[in-house]
Amino acid sequence: MSTPSAATTSRWRALTHHHLFWPVAVLVALLLVNVPFTPDFFAIRMTDGHLYGSLVSIVLFGSPLILVAVGMTLVIATGGIDLSVGAVVAITGALTCSYISDQADQNALAGVFLAMGIGLVAAVLCGLWNGFLVARMGIQPIIATLIIMVAGRGVAQLITDGKIITINSEPYKLIGGGYWLTLPFSIFVVAAVVAVTVALTRKTALGLLVESVGGNAEASRLVGIRSRRIKIMVYMFCALCAGIAGLMISSNTSAADGNNAGLWIELDAILAVVIGGTSLLGGRFSIGGTVIGALVIQTLTTTIYTIGVPTQTNLVFKAAVVIVVCLLQSPKFRAKVFGAKGRGKPTAPAEPATPADAAPKMEVSR
Amino acid sequence: MSATTKTRTAPEGGTASQTSAITRLLGDRRLPVLVTAALFLAMYITGLSRYQNYGFAEPQVFLNLFIDNGYLLVAAVGATFVIMSGGIDLSVGSLIGFTTMFTAWLVERQGLPLIVVVPLALGVGAFGGFLMGYVIHNFEIQPFIVTLAGLFLFRGLCLVISKESISISDSTVSSLAQTRVPLGLGDLSIGALVALAVLGAAFYVLHYTRFGRRVYAIGGNEQSALLMGLPLGGTKIAVYTVSGFCSALAGLLFMLYIQSGDPLHAVGMELDAIAAVVIGGTLLTGGSGYVIGTLFGVLVLGLIKSIIQFEGTLSSWWTKIATGVLLCAFILIQRAMTARKQT
Repeated sequence: MSTPSAATTSRWRALTHHHLFWPVAVLVALLLVNVPFTPDFFAIRMTDGHLYGSLVSIVLFGSPLILVAVGMTLVIATGGIDLSVGAVVAITGALTCSYISDQADQNALAGVFLAMGIGLVAAVLCGLWNGFLVARMGIQPIIATLIIMVAGRGVAQLITDGKIITINSEPYKLIGGGYWLTLPFSIFVVAAVVAVTVALTRKTALGLLVESVGGNAEASRLVGIRSRRIKIMVYMFCALCAGIAGLMISSNTSAADGNNAGLWIELDAILAVVIGGTSLLGGRFSIGGTVIGALVIQTLTTTIYTIGVPTQTNLVFKAAVVIVVCLLQSPKFRAKVFGAKGRGKPTAPAEPATPADAAPKMEVSR
Repeated sequence: MSATTKTRTAPEGGTASQTSAITRLLGDRRLPVLVTAALFLAMYITGLSRYQNYGFAEPQVFLNLFIDNGYLLVAAVGATFVIMSGGIDLSVGSLIGFTTMFTAWLVERQGLPLIVVVPLALGVGAFGGFLMGYVIHNFEIQPFIVTLAGLFLFRGLCLVISKESISISDSTVSSLAQTRVPLGLGDLSIGALVALAVLGAAFYVLHYTRFGRRVYAIGGNEQSALLMGLPLGGTKIAVYTVSGFCSALAGLLFMLYIQSGDPLHAVGMELDAIAAVVIGGTLLTGGSGYVIGTLFGVLVLGLIKSIIQFEGTLSSWWTKIATGVLLCAFILIQRAMTARKQT
């Protein structure tokens, strides 16, 4: 019979070794940082039948990022990367808004749905193009998606004629800025997309296929998985997610800005995926981790605003959090800093090992 | 794969030597660079025939490619080292922006002489690269993420120095920027000459030194390199240090070229640098490529820009679209011509 302390230790160890432990720990830590500055940070109040509060707004403003990051997770799981999502966000927003603004009655539901359909089809076509280049032509993903990243913003500006198109459509406003059942509507959109993704990848074999393509595309093909088709589908799905995010962003501001909509969202999305514990090398992924990763990034942004740090230092903080999260996730770093087997208190960082003797250990552990 | 076996099993009569010559050419590691060079030439000739009456044939137009893209060449040479070793450096653009900001601030606001500021800026860049390499190697974090943190950090530091751009009116800077070195047919700026010198040095280091061979070996197969007893960590860290140094130097050249520091200078230039390296035929997986290819990659990107300038009347979004389309055409042609080799 094991002693209680041993049982707690092993449970603790199981907890700390869970793949979501460090992302959640960072998220909680970031949320707690806010409390001394904003005492009612966790308070959620009801005004005009809508829920308001910092937590609600974090999810609200973070929803486009969550969407893009969920799509990006699957692309990264196949060993690829999609740099074009920011441009896809801009294209979708530009197409949809310019179509709505051309209509006589901007509040007509049919017109709004058609506009959204056009935007999303364009997004999926961008994904098809990316997937075609990567899977059929065998071009490295970072370069293949660079094409739309460069050209896409130009296309978006072409659609809006270089201007910022503003629209005044109530139904369209709902997606990114409206409320439904007391909650921001975008939360429901995000929840639906995440639920569908999780159901498709974890309840069917699709997730396994994606991971196997990411693990070794050639081997997967030889065992009969249509790895090219899987890759194309994944890029299309990622672009679709980016398209929905594009609708959300343009709906929230009631405007389409070809130049700035979704700027840098690809980097934030990749960051969210990595914070969530998905390896950039492909072969495994965690949708839950990605959602938490995206929330970490959004919480960080909100925290910086609420604490009153000058906004220009935002990026420096982001860099610091990236490094901290990644260091905490690195087994090598934990071994060096927290001791070999995770025992004891954190000690001072170990002396930098000389490359010569550090190198063999690194390869063995891999 | 099947193509080469077929040509090897069916050599008959007079076509044999011809076939094997083609096979040899297709198997040549230099093919991607040759393809890029040929495409550059084709683009240049197209430009010649199209804009003959607008002075495209002037040798100075060609030399301007070096003057206008010297900083990109230096940054891309740094990126070549990293990519050759199988890594990637996303902090290039930010570091360039930071260097312009840092030097402008020191020269204009603090009144330090340029002779002090230049080594300082280069040192900061190299140290930044060293730190990233140190974290990448010692804590086994993917280069993409560490250098992404570098991207955020240096861009953030730009904004911390100042939110507004600082123009440089220092007399040394402006005289350096205006100096032109005559070369018979035309002239080159100091920045272009420095860029060519960096290219030469990189060529020597990568192809004629032990360090260069280690970079190739690690990019080709890290495991094998390690088993051969190569100093993996030292080389990796050195590669990122080189890239940081090159980015800082590129920042100084950019500062000379544009004579100001701005927190938004060179946003996204890391992608230009990576694109130049890849267009030049270096594989992103590492271990294969030539630094001369990077030169052609930069020249192609520069030529796209100057052709669009000659085309005139195009709005800024057409520039983006044209760059994207040409980049795409380029990648596809290169892919088609090198497809057999890589299978």
